[in-house]
Amino acid sequence: MLTLNAVTKSYAGPRARQVLRDVSLSVGDGEFVAIMGESGAGKSTLLNLIAGLDLPDAGSVVLDGTDLSALDDNARTRLRRHRMGFVFQAIHLLPHLTVSQNVRLPLDIAEMPRDQANRRVGAILEAVGILKLANDFPRSISGGEAQRAAIARALVHEPQLMLADEPTGNLDREAAAQVLTLLREQVKQRAGGGILVTHSGSAARTADRVYVLTQDGLAVQTG
Amino acid sequence: MRTHCAILRASSGGAWRDHPGRLVLAILGIAFGVALGVAVHLINASAANEFNLAVRSLAGEADLVVRGPRSGFPDSLYPYIAKRAGVRAASPGVELDAQLAGRHETIKVLGLDPFRALQVQPHLLLESRDALLDMLKPGVVLLSRSAADELGLKPHDTLRLQSGTQVVTLRIAALLPAGATGQRVAVMDIAQAQWIFGRVGELHRIDVKLEPGASTARFSRELAPLLPAGTIIATPEAEAERSASLSRAYRTNLDMLALVALFTGAFLVFSTQFLALVRRRSQLALLRVIGVTGAELTRALVIEGAVLGIAGSALGVALGVGLARIGIARLGGDLGAGYFHSVAPALHVDPAALAVFFALGLLFAMLGAALPALEAARRAPALALKAGDEEEALSALQSVVPSLALFAAAWVLAQAPPVGDLPIAGYFAVAAILVGAILAMPRFAQAVLSRLPPLRYAPATLAAAQLQATPRQVGVSLAAILASFSLMVSMLIMVGSFRDSLAAWLDQMLPADLYVRAGRLGDAGFFTPDEQARIGRVAGVASAAFIRSQNVYLRTDRPPLSLLARPLPRGGSAPALPFEGPVLTPGAGDAPPAWLSEVAADVLRVTVGATIDLPIGTGTQPKGTAAKRFVVAGIWRDYARQNGAIVVDRATYVALTGDERANEAALTLDPGARADAVAEGVRAAVANEAGVETISTRELKAVSLAIFDRTFAVTYALEVAAVLIGMFGVSASFSAQALARRREFGVLRHLGMTRRQVGAMLACEGAVVGSLGVAAGLAFGWLISLILVHVINRQSFHWSMDMTIPWRDLAVLGAALVAAATVTAMLSGRRAMSGEVTRAVREDW
Repeated sequence: MLTLNAVTKSYAGPRARQVLRDVSLSVGDGEFVAIMGESGAGKSTLLNLIAGLDLPDAGSVVLDGTDLSALDDNARTRLRRHRMGFVFQAIHLLPHLTVSQNVRLPLDIAEMPRDQANRRVGAILEAVGILKLANDFPRSISGGEAQRAAIARALVHEPQLMLADEPTGNLDREAAAQVLTLLREQVKQRAGGGILVTHSGSAARTADRVYVLTQDGLAVQTG
Repeated sequence: MRTHCAILRASSGGAWRDHPGRLVLAILGIAFGVALGVAVHLINASAANEFNLAVRSLAGEADLVVRGPRSGFPDSLYPYIAKRAGVRAASPGVELDAQLAGRHETIKVLGLDPFRALQVQPHLLLESRDALLDMLKPGVVLLSRSAADELGLKPHDTLRLQSGTQVVTLRIAALLPAGATGQRVAVMDIAQAQWIFGRVGELHRIDVKLEPGASTARFSRELAPLLPAGTIIATPEAEAERSASLSRAYRTNLDMLALVALFTGAFLVFSTQFLALVRRRSQLALLRVIGVTGAELTRALVIEGAVLGIAGSALGVALGVGLARIGIARLGGDLGAGYFHSVAPALHVDPAALAVFFALGLLFAMLGAALPALEAARRAPALALKAGDEEEALSALQSVVPSLALFAAAWVLAQAPPVGDLPIAGYFAVAAILVGAILAMPRFAQAVLSRLPPLRYAPATLAAAQLQATPRQVGVSLAAILASFSLMVSMLIMVGSFRDSLAAWLDQMLPADLYVRAGRLGDAGFFTPDEQARIGRVAGVASAAFIRSQNVYLRTDRPPLSLLARPLPRGGSAPALPFEGPVLTPGAGDAPPAWLSEVAADVLRVTVGATIDLPIGTGTQPKGTAAKRFVVAGIWRDYARQNGAIVVDRATYVALTGDERANEAALTLDPGARADAVAEGVRAAVANEAGVETISTRELKAVSLAIFDRTFAVTYALEVAAVLIGMFGVSASFSAQALARRREFGVLRHLGMTRRQVGAMLACEGAVVGSLGVAAGLAFGWLISLILVHVINRQSFHWSMDMTIPWRDLAVLGAALVAAATVTAMLSGRRAMSGEVTRAVREDW
């Protein structure tokens, strides 16, 4: 489903540096993989390239046969809109929208009929266990509940690929464990596949496969 | 001190360093407000000061001035006063405004007895003893330096003036000493002035110097009842005050408009500071968490406001002095309104006034910072640290009670009478409506936004959700639009109503086909009875109505009123004037009727049916002659004579005064007669065709409306400035919010919204906020216009007018403002999205 072929990325400027070198990766349908690495190893850059938010200097990112480099910004945006979902470490629910409005956001952007969208939102809120918080604003719910809402938002439109960047970084251990279980479960049910970026070993262990990103490239972790 | 600096650096430094554009906008907002205030005030004060000096300069060392109307008083009054006990010297004078031949300008002609004047007004003559002797020669004048400069004349040149319909040529013997007077004046021998201008036996003023130690008050009190009716006695200071009083309302109104600009600028700083502090709420909460007290934080933020205020006020004062210099050079001391055409003021910079405006700018800026700072310091840090708490910061704006109280206060203030002939309560009523409306905006935004219908277009849906969730922040943005737009709307309605009323008034006041004047300006032109008869016989003239205009003093503290003697229609009914209210027809045994303009009725505090005494036809005796009693038969609308006008029957006037001269004529033409041919015939019928001006009704209306437009040009300019400052406010608040929402934009981009869609979302928000601002501005602008028309204008100028709403202009202005708000919001968003907006999602909220 997703293939990265020898992706290289550098940043120019006074502190120019090469962030990714010859990174290759393949994620198949139904797979949930984790990418680990030290701070500064390029995990977020890799996620940006996969999401089409940035383009590689060399190599290619191919999603279901489509090379992202061949698309313009609008086309990549539409691709994200319909085929990707995001979960952020800082959660980023929009504070002026209720939980259900936040979750429905991808459906609104995709202009899904209102009734259908409502049904989808109700179903996923129930699935992640926060249906009773549907009309609450983000500031009045806990961090774990907010991250569940963020997971719901990432998957409500049933994307082919779910990208999660340190989704449990701001949560306590118990809440983190619940969120990771939920994330894996929902990805398996609703998305084509998922990539979890983390530097937490316990988080990574919930994935089907774990990769480690270093300055030399990406390697499968064994053992 | 180190603590304060550290807090200031932490609370403010980063914000201004990261967003210098907003810093510049805030400083410019306060600077423009202060600049307009300083400029208008300096121009007004310079002109009034120069006018005051000019009026006083003619009196010289006199302690008192006895002054008569334009028709003067008998010169037999002079020896009567000169011989009174306590008088050290008295200087008789003839004073009139004569039109410069061939020019649409006048010059003041002052006829003096040089030997008497040396004792009372030596500064006019002392340095020109040779010229003094020259003055006694026929046809010689001394010219003031300002007159010489403006007219481009020098000694030995000739000065051509109009007398009646004739042109007289005078020789300039010398210039008056430098500093003698700032007025445009020609001084000549009194006997020659009386002879040349047909004023033999007539005086207009006597400047009286009392013995040392004599009481001016007592002398005035004793002499006043002995003077002929219509002749008054006053100190030179009171003379100057009376002359300046005519323009006082106009100057006060301009000052108020300048203060409005300052207020709008201050509000810009307030809203910028408010929203900036709301945005920095979590940073400020962090400072509280690490040990900064609420008081320390408040102090730091108020100092931040003060720094803005000092920078903006300093820039504003400098800009204002520059603007005043340009304004006085280009538009004159009255900014085009025509009040001070006889003086050429130089800019007089009063440091105290500059200090006041500087302090006002500083005060507004500090207030703008203090209110949100107090809230930021009061809020529990733990709550303020949470995302989405911004709206709570504005919770104090939720109540409508202050707004309702202010609206009620405005209603009460609008009923109050003027204070010292100025509509002080009216200004406060406008301020109360404005502040009440501003405070009501958050609630108004909430009420309207909660009723927005569901939208299908995703950017519009998001925009609606954003606005619905932040009605108080929307309210602050709305207030910036409202503050400027409502004032612009009110001025448009008031000026539009005034202009339409003026046009209708001109239609009613100018029913004839052709108007003829003996001299366009001044009071030295007239038609003799013989000339009137010849004009009436000109081919093509069906009928001619001759009008004599004089002036009369009815209140010592007011300028003289115009007395218009005009023929009545056949049957003796009331003249065709634009009456307001009932019109009386006096019976056979009643006093003759007089019809008063609204200004005259207000000044004299009379209504229809009351009687007034007019000092006409009072004989030639100097002592206490009685005035003629008239009954007020009607009150009419008059936009031409701001000092007030009284119309009487010309036949009555001639019978009382024996004065058969006329200043102007309204000619009704025979069917088919050509106005230009008749005008040619009129010019041929008078002794000197250069001394007569003919103008068709259409031209006269066009000229009148052009003068009106010129007078209000500065008003419009000040209002446009206020709207521009208001737009700065909108821009500043949009850009502050857009920057605060960078992470939101980043999330939306992650979720698949294109840049264009994010832009469309912001455009929708801008359009909605702009539309709400325009709607509220229209409503409150209309309310304010009611006060402008029915209270401020009525009390300032005593003019009533019919309200008309200039829908087309308002629609264009409103649409422009909504478009500007939409574009501003989009541009703010574009700036906020520049750079790596998607990286913003890595930042914490």
